[in-house]
Amino acid sequence: MAVRLSIPGARLFGRFRFCSFLLLIWLLFSYRSSSAQESPYIVTYDHYLEEPGSLEVEYFSTFGTQRGGNDFHAFWTEFEYGTTAWWTTEFYLDGQTTFSDSTPFTGFRVENRVRLLDREHFVNPVLYVEYEQTSAADKILKEVEGHDAESDFAEPNSALRKEHDHELELKLLLSSTFKGWNVALNPIFTKNLSPSEPWEFAYAVGASHPLALKALPDRCNFCRENFIAGIEMYGGLGDTHSLGLPNTSHYLAPAVAWNLPSDWTFRLSSGFGLNNNSHRLLLRWGISREFSGFGELVRRLFGGHA
Amino acid sequence: MKRLPMKLIPLLIAACVVCLALAQKDESAQRKHKPSTYEALAEVPQKARSRTNPFEGNASEATAGGKLFEQHCAECHGPKAGGTRQGPSLLRTEMQQATPGTLFWILTNGVVRQGMPVWSKLPEQERWQIVTFLRSINTHRTTPEIQ
Repeated sequence: MAVRLSIPGARLFGRFRFCSFLLLIWLLFSYRSSSAQESPYIVTYDHYLEEPGSLEVEYFSTFGTQRGGNDFHAFWTEFEYGTTAWWTTEFYLDGQTTFSDSTPFTGFRVENRVRLLDREHFVNPVLYVEYEQTSAADKILKEVEGHDAESDFAEPNSALRKEHDHELELKLLLSSTFKGWNVALNPIFTKNLSPSEPWEFAYAVGASHPLALKALPDRCNFCRENFIAGIEMYGGLGDTHSLGLPNTSHYLAPAVAWNLPSDWTFRLSSGFGLNNNSHRLLLRWGISREFSGFGELVRRLFGGHA
Repeated sequence: MKRLPMKLIPLLIAACVVCLALAQKDESAQRKHKPSTYEALAEVPQKARSRTNPFEGNASEATAGGKLFEQHCAECHGPKAGGTRQGPSLLRTEMQQATPGTLFWILTNGVVRQGMPVWSKLPEQERWQIVTFLRSINTHRTTPEIQ
């Protein structure tokens, strides 16, 4: 399948992608790692940050149905780094394939999450700040905001990719863990940096629970302790011109995470549209691996001691 | 609005890597100058200290705790809990004297400003299993076999 990069700098991006691929291969086969305990959420965030010095490399796919257009497969790669125990930073690269159309690179995102309180409380707040530069062809639907609707994605990529967005996104991640349950609520505030654009509002809420609360003495792949099941709901809440539920889209998505002792995590989520503005189905899956000690490696590179 | 040129992306990434390296170096330096990581043990509330471990002395739970320790803690504290550059030894006198409730509280709340993350994402029983493992290595100074 021919992959067509559709924005300027494509050759440079191709080289960058090749270098990233080599780095990934090196990491996968030469690096020590530690087992993660990842939540099943794909859209919602809980208050747990990346362990300091660890790099988590993630790949996610979203298959979406499209009325009035072609179905699509959107994908993103995420590099998540624990700078400190209270600060995590991430970098995303997005792309998508619209069936019977094309495969454009659709943009990048940089995000930071900062833990606001030192200790655990009943509700734990984390501040989330993201800058994104994407084209309107971006279909990863990592957030559904404002008056986002299925019909926005019906046009062909050639038309969508002409429109580019610079957005600042703020979230307050509120999360609570009690008796094995995690409940997370994320109010979302987004501003397109064009002066004429209004603030957009959205929400994501999730609940999850491990299938077993106690570990078995033996190392195992399929034991219940490795699985966490959950459910997410997310959608738009309008904007400053028109606040509320009219003309917004919403999704309900059962999800599951499988944390393997071999350091890999698989996630699966099936999002069902809850109204006529929503895609009927957003089927998502993701794979991730955590690399501990990455920060030490980089630190040594800049003159630190082992 | 004008887009950021694509050729700036690798530069941005390189700048991020340098910033992260400096942040890491700064945090390591801060950690070195802290009087004692073990002082966090003294900050545990009295009520939390007195909590009892439901798995105290249970060898099977200690083994399960050893498995969890290897998965989540060994990277920083070392495979035998003897400490690394990133995390302190868990075999010191301070640890031997700490109550199970104290260890459980530290595990749950972390010592965030000194680099230890919160571990409340592990279910409560798994955290008690880790405490059982830590108590077993500090009581007998013979590490149960890590799976």
